[in-house]
Amino acid sequence: MEIKKEQNGTSLTMFLSGRLDTVAAVDFEKELDASLSDVTSLILDCTDLTYVASSGLRTFLMAQKRMNKQGSMTMRHVQDAVMEVLSMTGFDDLLSIEK
Amino acid sequence: MSAGELRVEAKVENLPAVIEFATETLTDACPMKERMHIELVTEEIFVNIASYAYAEPGGDVVIRRSGGEGAEGLSLTFIDGGVPYDPLQRPDPDLTLSAEDRPIGGLGVFLVKKIVNEAHYEYKDGKNILTVRKFIGTGNGKK
Repeated sequence: MEIKKEQNGTSLTMFLSGRLDTVAAVDFEKELDASLSDVTSLILDCTDLTYVASSGLRTFLMAQKRMNKQGSMTMRHVQDAVMEVLSMTGFDDLLSIEK
Repeated sequence: MSAGELRVEAKVENLPAVIEFATETLTDACPMKERMHIELVTEEIFVNIASYAYAEPGGDVVIRRSGGEGAEGLSLTFIDGGVPYDPLQRPDPDLTLSAEDRPIGGLGVFLVKKIVNEAHYEYKDGKNILTVRKFIGTGNGKK
């Protein structure tokens, strides 16, 4: 998976592309840890995210919980294949997803 | 010839090779969504074994593949010699809990159970043997 970041003040957009599998989830979590300290608005752009496994879902949930405390998190442009996995696990109710 | 067998060390870094093996006989006729389902099921089962089956210094996983896009469906069997563990007995997560209360584990097995058409576990001769079967492109696939 590739992660590109665009920061504008305390707003951070992360563009996720490729596969968020168990291996990628470890890197994604590290990237979040390193990036979120002063962020009040986190946008995860999933336009090019094609796959997510349960490890990736857990990382999304951790990010959502953290951002609930310090601001907001929004996922946008979630593709069908990823959305299906979010729906199957009820994560579509736990995460803020822009429809 | 769709049947095959792969033996790898139970380590997460072998995940790409395991996914490649599980999906290598699927043709272009296999819908992308179902290919993704096979990848996801394979990942969740393999990563569980790699994470929990063995104490140091680890051990191997054997994956057997048979069937495919025909009427019999694609069968994948995962065999490890680690601690006896039937993942199918794990209770499903409570999907009604809030983000704060949601436990972090148990999602992978839940996804496997949601996706496959059949799942069977047995412990035999010191081995965990987990077999899943998924029908592909037959219109009766579960969501």
